[in-house]
Amino acid sequence: MSEPQITLYRLQACPFCERVVRTLNELDLEYRSRYVEPMHSERNVVKRVSGARSVPAIVDRETGVTMSESANIVEYLKGTYGDAATDGGRAADAEGGA
Amino acid sequence: MVAAQPTPREVPEMPDFDVVSLPETDHVAEGEVAPDFTRPLANDEYWEDRALDDVVDGPTLLLFHPMDGAFQGTYLYNTVDDHGWTDDVDVLGLSISTPYAHKRLLADRGDGVRIFSDPGADVIEEYGLAHDIDGMTGITESRPAVFLLDSDRTVEYAWVASEHPEFPDAEAIGDAVADLVD
Repeated sequence: MSEPQITLYRLQACPFCERVVRTLNELDLEYRSRYVEPMHSERNVVKRVSGARSVPAIVDRETGVTMSESANIVEYLKGTYGDAATDGGRAADAEGGA
Repeated sequence: MVAAQPTPREVPEMPDFDVVSLPETDHVAEGEVAPDFTRPLANDEYWEDRALDDVVDGPTLLLFHPMDGAFQGTYLYNTVDDHGWTDDVDVLGLSISTPYAHKRLLADRGDGVRIFSDPGADVIEEYGLAHDIDGMTGITESRPAVFLLDSDRTVEYAWVASEHPEFPDAEAIGDAVADLVD
């Protein structure tokens, strides 16, 4: 089994996380779900990878982008992998890590 | 539903302590390849779907145990910690408990261990370890069981409880680990 390029840090039944999942599915992107706990204090792994304890957060190994906040993530995914993306993801890279 | 009733028998050296013999089971045995499966695998920070085949990349101790909270699991991971087995091999557990319960367990013990969740007990059934616990209707449990796997998932050492309760022999596991990694 090959490692999907995108890791999604998510919380069970979190609507913002589901929004990102919808976009990942729409764009037919492979991803690995990593579930964390509702308590913020239990989310050190998310803080380590993204700098904040908020979920959803994604790590995209293909582009080196790590990102939090569902609106940002959806915009990044659509800009990088959607039909409108014509520059191979460079525009999204520039604002990555937000 | 009436399950096959195990037979109580006396243990001579412990006359006040009845153990129950479990029925014969066709479990995964030494020399076989441990069946692959995918289940959520929890560490002390998060969980994610992982395939056994994907996770086993060297000598691996695969420990099946009753649900988290039962004292057998507590003893098991204390034993893992006491012997420092995670220094020599990858240690993976499996029980019917949820990833949330695994995280709580791993916060206290089982340093470096990861545990699969198999709430439907399908993996437990496939390994021949199913155990219907009296008085917990609808729950299929796992017998305590230990499988030491080579990097290609070949079972180098297997132990499956034949009595209830029964604990794995730490010395035998330690010897098997030493044989495999030396």
